[in-house]
Amino acid sequence: MLLLTLLLRSVGFYFFTSSIQNPESNNSYTAKLEQLKTIGRELAMGSQGGFGQSKEFLDLVKSIGEARSKSEEDRIVLHEIETLKRRINEPDIPKRKMKEYIIRLVYIEMLGHDASFGYIHAVKMTHDDSLLLKRTGYLAVTLFLNEDHDLIILIVNTIQKDLKSDNFLVVCAALNACCKLINEETIPAVIQQVVELLGHQKEAVRKKAVMALHSFHQRSPSSVNHLISNFRKKLSDNDPGVMGATLCPLYDLIAIDVNPYKDLVASFVNILKQVAERRLPKSYDYHQTPAPFIQIKLLKIMALLGSGDKKSSEQMYTVIGDIMRKSDTASNIGNAILFECVCCISSIQPSPKLLETAADAIAKFLKSDSHNLKYMGIDALGRLIRINPDIAEQHQLAVIDCLEDPDDTLKRKTFELLYKMTKSSNVEVIVDRMIDYMISINDSHYKTETASRCVELAEQFAPSNHWFIQTMNKVFQHAGDLVNPKVAHNLMRLIAEGFGEDDDAADSQLRSSAVESYLKIVDDPKLPSAFLQVICWVLGEYGTADGKYSASYISGKLCDVAEAHSSDDIIRAYAVTALMKVYCFEKSAGRKTSLLPECQLLLEELSASHSSDLQQRAYEFRAILDLDANAVENIMPLDASCEDIEIDKSLSFLDNYVHKSLEQGAEPYIPENERSGTLNISNIINRNPYEHPAHSLRFEAYEVPKLVVPTKLSPAVTYPTELVPVPEPSYQPTVSSGPVSDAGSGSGSTELRLRLDGVQKKWGKPAYSSAASSSTSNIDSQRTTVNGATQPDNVTSKSREPRQPHVEVSEEKQKLAASLFGGRTARPERKQSGSAAGHSKVSRTTNHGEDKAQPTTVTTAVQPPPPDLLDLGESSGAASSYSSTVDPFKQLEGLLDLSQDGHAVTTTTGPDLMSLYSGASTNGQNQNQNLNPLLNEKDNMNGAPNPSNRTASLTKGPSLKDALDKDALVRQMGVNPTSQNPNLFSDLLG
Amino acid sequence: MIRAMIVINNQGKPRLSKFYNYTPVEQQQQLIRSIYSVLCLQPENVSNFLEGSSILGPDSRLVYKLFATLYFVFVFDSSENELAMFDLIQVYVETLEKCFSNVCELDIVLNYSKMHTILDEMILGGQVVETNSEKVMQAVEEISKLEKVTAATKLISKSASLLWG
Repeated sequence: MLLLTLLLRSVGFYFFTSSIQNPESNNSYTAKLEQLKTIGRELAMGSQGGFGQSKEFLDLVKSIGEARSKSEEDRIVLHEIETLKRRINEPDIPKRKMKEYIIRLVYIEMLGHDASFGYIHAVKMTHDDSLLLKRTGYLAVTLFLNEDHDLIILIVNTIQKDLKSDNFLVVCAALNACCKLINEETIPAVIQQVVELLGHQKEAVRKKAVMALHSFHQRSPSSVNHLISNFRKKLSDNDPGVMGATLCPLYDLIAIDVNPYKDLVASFVNILKQVAERRLPKSYDYHQTPAPFIQIKLLKIMALLGSGDKKSSEQMYTVIGDIMRKSDTASNIGNAILFECVCCISSIQPSPKLLETAADAIAKFLKSDSHNLKYMGIDALGRLIRINPDIAEQHQLAVIDCLEDPDDTLKRKTFELLYKMTKSSNVEVIVDRMIDYMISINDSHYKTETASRCVELAEQFAPSNHWFIQTMNKVFQHAGDLVNPKVAHNLMRLIAEGFGEDDDAADSQLRSSAVESYLKIVDDPKLPSAFLQVICWVLGEYGTADGKYSASYISGKLCDVAEAHSSDDIIRAYAVTALMKVYCFEKSAGRKTSLLPECQLLLEELSASHSSDLQQRAYEFRAILDLDANAVENIMPLDASCEDIEIDKSLSFLDNYVHKSLEQGAEPYIPENERSGTLNISNIINRNPYEHPAHSLRFEAYEVPKLVVPTKLSPAVTYPTELVPVPEPSYQPTVSSGPVSDAGSGSGSTELRLRLDGVQKKWGKPAYSSAASSSTSNIDSQRTTVNGATQPDNVTSKSREPRQPHVEVSEEKQKLAASLFGGRTARPERKQSGSAAGHSKVSRTTNHGEDKAQPTTVTTAVQPPPPDLLDLGESSGAASSYSSTVDPFKQLEGLLDLSQDGHAVTTTTGPDLMSLYSGASTNGQNQNQNLNPLLNEKDNMNGAPNPSNRTASLTKGPSLKDALDKDALVRQMGVNPTSQNPNLFSDLLG
Repeated sequence: MIRAMIVINNQGKPRLSKFYNYTPVEQQQQLIRSIYSVLCLQPENVSNFLEGSSILGPDSRLVYKLFATLYFVFVFDSSENELAMFDLIQVYVETLEKCFSNVCELDIVLNYSKMHTILDEMILGGQVVETNSEKVMQAVEEISKLEKVTAATKLISKSASLLWG
């Protein structure tokens, strides 16, 4: 009977679906075909059993699919929830029906509605004997619950039982649930069984058990620490799938601590070798590539293990080289592996040969038309330039193409790369570009990031004061509200202190250029608050310092600012203090002073302001108006913002006054912590501040001045006459008035502005100071050479033109490239010279001897043993399973080539080519000269211009030869690598 | 690790979502919406990767691929390779293709729990466990065969009990 009804119902459902399809189809033939196909599929599905759903569910899905608006969808879903709530609690629901309800609940929750009323039923369903229902239950609970949910405790027992099941599918379902639902407290309940399952006969179970153990380790490393050795064991599992799964936990473990796993390097290398040689079953191939995901994971692990470890790295060189050679660059996954190889190469101890291959791979990526590959190329380039900054040079034009690409993701990645390779020689171009980009985007997250990067680069590498001020202006104008407020304080401090040199002329030049640029933009109504604060402060402090602008002009501007931003108290506070400073400086300089009428108006307005801070400033200003020049000079010394102020915290200068008052019968002061009675009262009043407003007001009024600087209020307001005889404390208002942006914590903000110690160092870099002028001139001269064609400098243009016959890139781009990449315009020339590599090597060793020595120094310094270890290890140690496809001789030849190269460079070819080079054009020489200061600068920055390093790196040559000889001897002796190794992984670990 | 797998259609309706770190439902919806709003603005012929730190938190990337009407999206962190994730989408879709032959959005809507089963075979706890689509298929088929058997026996015993009970 039931069978019959089921059948009937399903027939009805097919009719129904076909009728529903109707309105959607446009009556065209194809649509009908599609419809038929759908029906056929649904029929097939019905016969599939497990995954078919009822008409009601399909109805729901359809009606939601056809909903025109979110509210309509919500209505449908809410209705569905009502139905489910009612039905799910009915007694004696058939289990099959219940299963469907649960699926519907999952669906509802995916649409973003609360399905928690049904969680308990999902939990109940996991207890069911039927596998179908049990699986549905597990699926639902893993989606519904998190590991700390209260209902978990009801499931743990079921999981325990299911882990012991004879049916491996039940075990798999339980392990799936383990990964998601078991938390630290419940781990002990299942851990024993999971560990046992690692030895299960079915590989699917073993695989999942490994993952379950891994997830336990992620949750609570301490509770499974004693079981970590299992991962090592599972690495030699007979099933490649289990081995592949084991790589996941091992990767995480190695990422935490490399050292305990150093011994596995050989095993990983061996596995990778076997995978790459297609020793895995054919079914693991994906797009003709053997087990690519396992290869990628292995490469990631090797990158961790080889980082900073020469011995481990050397074991990896051959296999990485092999994979890169074999990799299929036509397919996506082949490129994924290639990229991972490049990442690995950039992470392990550098091998010159591999670096070259990596550079080639990057070139391929960047030249590709696919945006995905370009993106990967840029990413890879960013990694590789850390080891060898010269690589970027070859790809300068490709990088610029990416920069101008409409693809935003690619653009961002490229900016990241530029950020990494910024030097003082290219900072102007890069920061300009970044600012342009920053202006063009709307996303505030990236805007903030780009802005802070601009600031960072500008602070580190600024070539001139003027440029720095201009750059900061641009950043503030366009992203002022987004940058960290500290940056604004940094800027103020910088302008006040200069560059940390004792060059007063440069400092005042910086200040006057800042003042000038600020006066130009101050009328812009859309300036962000933080920037206006800086402007006001600088105008107040230095506006009249160089005598270029009259006090009344500056005051007028400041009044305008205060007026234009009448809603922003902080800006007004800055403005009024600046006005006060301008007035004081004028007066103490002995010039005739008179307040502008608008200034007077402003003062009157602020004296009645709601903000007590503004009010106080206005009153202070008024008090100063009545003082004579001598007193004013004491209050506001000229350009004293950087001088330390000694704060007399004990207020000893008031002793006399206090003494007098006490004698006259005043009550002595009791510190706050000692007057318990009043403290209680203040507590009560704080609790209900609206009941006794008068009281609470009084309490605050007494406490605030105590927290800030007590003198600030008392002398200025109540005892104006005492200002003169007590110069130190009366100076106080000047300082604290500047940054009262953080009103309330007066002393704190003074600290912020005056004691930013980190910045000083950034700016005081010796490299910068020496290079400031040279690098700018450098760029200028480079520009002229690039612009050669347009300038009357005929000699240059003539000598250049025949040497670049196929220049398809626009001049503008080349210019950009030249300025970005250290201004080396040599690229087209190098292209010309046939053997690009050789040439570049020569020019590098001649021009940039120290430059090149830098990466090699690292190698030699860290690990003194000669590199022949590599070759011997290759043929004797790891050779056991090394097949004949790889010819170690080839590798050695490569090494030998290199060593010869090294010799050649130092002995014969170097000078020879060099003479050619310099003879060819004056341009080349010109460049050399230009680059020299750059080089010096680099040395300075690295602090180790050690010429002996170079020779050390070159002595490598002979020892490599030795290695070759040794290897040849070994071969003669008949120790050949055995080729076949039938057991895949079991023999790797012994 | 992989943080989430999401399938959205080109109208922004989620078709499948799985988060490997616990994420409250509202947050899931928020994420799906913001991901969709980014995806639907992507012009053609750009890379399939997105830096996700503005919508998905620090150190997160996103790879998507559009198949007919569906966006397949993986969200993951820096420990995964973008291109490999891109191919993982391919593996998943290839597996679906093998399951349904000529897979379309309707299949995915109608076989909600099967989609999850396939995904669970491939990714476990945010780690890729199996990328061999044959093996995944094998496992899924074994499950559905078993479920069919249990379902059938249930039905028979049910109808029997109805007849004679």
